[in-house]
Amino acid sequence: MSAFSALKIQPPQLHGLNSKKFAEKSPSCLKTISNPFLGSIQRIPNLRRRRGVSDLPRAASPSTIVAISELVKEKTSKSAASGLLITREEGLELYEDMILGRSFEDMCAQMYYRGKMFGFVHLYNGQEAVSTGFIKLLTQSDSVVSTYRDHVHSLSKGVSARSVMSELFGKTTGCCRGQGGSMHMFSKEHNVLGGFAFIGEGIPVATGAAFSSKYRREVLKEECDDVTLAFFGDGTCNNGQFFECLNMAALWKLPIVFVVENNLWAIGMSHLRATSDPEIWKKGPAFGMPGIHVDGMDVLKVREVAKEAIGRARRGEGPTLVECETYRFRGHSLADPDELRDPAEKAHYAARDPIMALKKYIIENNLANESELKVIEKKIDEIVEEAVEFADKSPLPPRSQLLENVFADPKGFGIGPDGRYRCEDPGFTEGTAQV
Amino acid sequence: MLGVIRHKALSGGVVSSLANGQSMQRIIPGIGFLSKSFSSGAKEMTVREALNSALDEEMSADPKVFLMGEEVGEYQGAYKISKGLLEKYGPERVLDTPITEAGFTGIGIGAAYYGLRPVVEFMTFNFSMQAIDHIINSAAKSNYMSAGQLSVPMVFRGPNGAAAGVGAQHSQCYASWYASCPGLKVLSPYSSEDARGLLKAAIRDPDPVVFLENELLYGESFPVSAEALDSSFTLPIGKAKIEREGKHVTITAFSKMVGYALKAADILSKEGISAEVINLRSIRPLDRNTINASVRKTNRLVTVEEGFPQHGVGAEICTSVIEESFEYLDAPVERIAGADVPMPYAANLERMAVPQIEDIVRAAKRACYRSVPMAAAA
Repeated sequence: MSAFSALKIQPPQLHGLNSKKFAEKSPSCLKTISNPFLGSIQRIPNLRRRRGVSDLPRAASPSTIVAISELVKEKTSKSAASGLLITREEGLELYEDMILGRSFEDMCAQMYYRGKMFGFVHLYNGQEAVSTGFIKLLTQSDSVVSTYRDHVHSLSKGVSARSVMSELFGKTTGCCRGQGGSMHMFSKEHNVLGGFAFIGEGIPVATGAAFSSKYRREVLKEECDDVTLAFFGDGTCNNGQFFECLNMAALWKLPIVFVVENNLWAIGMSHLRATSDPEIWKKGPAFGMPGIHVDGMDVLKVREVAKEAIGRARRGEGPTLVECETYRFRGHSLADPDELRDPAEKAHYAARDPIMALKKYIIENNLANESELKVIEKKIDEIVEEAVEFADKSPLPPRSQLLENVFADPKGFGIGPDGRYRCEDPGFTEGTAQV
Repeated sequence: MLGVIRHKALSGGVVSSLANGQSMQRIIPGIGFLSKSFSSGAKEMTVREALNSALDEEMSADPKVFLMGEEVGEYQGAYKISKGLLEKYGPERVLDTPITEAGFTGIGIGAAYYGLRPVVEFMTFNFSMQAIDHIINSAAKSNYMSAGQLSVPMVFRGPNGAAAGVGAQHSQCYASWYASCPGLKVLSPYSSEDARGLLKAAIRDPDPVVFLENELLYGESFPVSAEALDSSFTLPIGKAKIEREGKHVTITAFSKMVGYALKAADILSKEGISAEVINLRSIRPLDRNTINASVRKTNRLVTVEEGFPQHGVGAEICTSVIEESFEYLDAPVERIAGADVPMPYAANLERMAVPQIEDIVRAAKRACYRSVPMAAAA
């Protein structure tokens, strides 16, 4: 993990890329499809062979910056040779954040099966490196926009475990007072802009947040170099909203980083069956922004790439598209039986668990020892358990909360039968659920 | 008048239960919630099986019918409605799409222009909002804009309305939005028989049909008559069904709310109020005749729906009744709808935001002047 694996040329997997032929075979052909992702940094070279152009990304974008995979690779291997990528404090911080994400999600699963949590719950196990790698580089005023798999993004950004857990239990002490739920985590204080159920929905919102940062700096002449991160998955990269926003972000040089958490699966639909060109990072140069592919199971590599991308955005050089190859250890949601994924593929990625990898790095490079890491794990366990207790003891939202926050100006409810505004009637807050 | 209505209802094919006479009428309200088999040999079928069998039969009868949507193939359907169809018909007819509602809905419409009959599945109708431009502007308006040259024989189907604890973006009811658009037909089944008959009718229909199912009804079992199991069984679009006859108050509902209305009718009958429950089945075209005839008989009306109150289905029914049967009304029309708020997540708030059986009972009693007026109710 500390050194990059050499470029591996995979044998042609053509039949896997032709979705029609693929679908006719039995699911056992999934085994062959998962091969291209076995530890490689460069992806499916046979695509290039098919097109007859060996350096496709350069041809695609004549402008300054193209895919920086090679650039980043060189830089990181240089520094890996000369020194370490992180200091001790940073290492422990990253470790703690990833352990928090993992324990929290595991606890969510437990609570769901005990009936304390309900509805749709999408867990982030296995993808912690992406969240930690990126979000730990942000300041409080930078924003994060996510999808329904947003618990860990909120936690990394600083929302307390207690308020996230209460929100999941539907209690009034949650970060959205129980009105949002698992998929809609919002926090103004920590600039977590949600939490959207529809994929692709968060991307234009994130682009807007980046736009406001640029606007504040240039039009309102405020000191503002806030960056926005938009997290979304591989399925989203086929959606129209994604492309529209790539275009506008590059056109206006917005301070945004588009982070693709490519975990290869959208519920039961494999990325290869859904996408004509599965290499998502290539879509960046098509719109005039750099596209980077990085191993999303390695938090240090993600962090290096994130530093570059966030630095670019902060300096006003425009957006970046980062594709993180990662994997979710659990099903799409807790209601997903997860039968379509090949166990060999799952086992392969379980062996590349980002937490184990970071632990190994820390211990091998003598940044900390086993017992210090254990102390962190114990501390996190306590935090998560305390969060559950807090959420358990918190009250359910009162009836009056049903009609609150529909409008910022509650006069939006109109004028009642007695001629006064409805919101001024004391009976209104008791709620009349029949209408 | 009553004889005329009966005749209309019978000729409309809403026959299977009415034809068996009054005994069936008494039993029907409880049916969905008991799993007894009846001496008439009625088979039980879940709504899921009904939809699956309808799709299966229509696909085998007409090779132009194909199914398109997210997770409909290998995953066997996000709610298992299309189970087994991929194995049977192959990937050319059961298409797993990428997550691009606008894209694949548009593709379906283009295919329909050339005579194919796509069935587009939305994982929930909330996601249809990403495609609503195509549903309204391409599908609904094409036949009109092309002066009859291009018709769009397709079906948009999927679960609609609130499920359990899924938050504001997954719980909206789209019946009134789609039903307000000319050029579309909007159907909403309740029982398995409804599901089978209406889906088959929708697939055979030459116009775009929005088929609103309900996730919580998928697992519920209902008895189906032998006639409903026949592969040529269809129900007419535009006819409502009187699920339970009564004399004192009419309750109209569709989809899951029909079950609630039937239970409410049971409770009301113990208090001496005999409620007539109408299962709308078809939101556009709305069966105004059946509703008005019923109101002229009972003189009181309660409309029930799950969606937002303003500009909802109940609003349209109320206006229709006022336009056509104003003199027959003995009490103001009671309209029950979901709360006028985005669906909250917390379980207790969610229960308050969706009509419950007690709300229907209270409204029916108010319509019968049997309780206190409408002020803040505890």
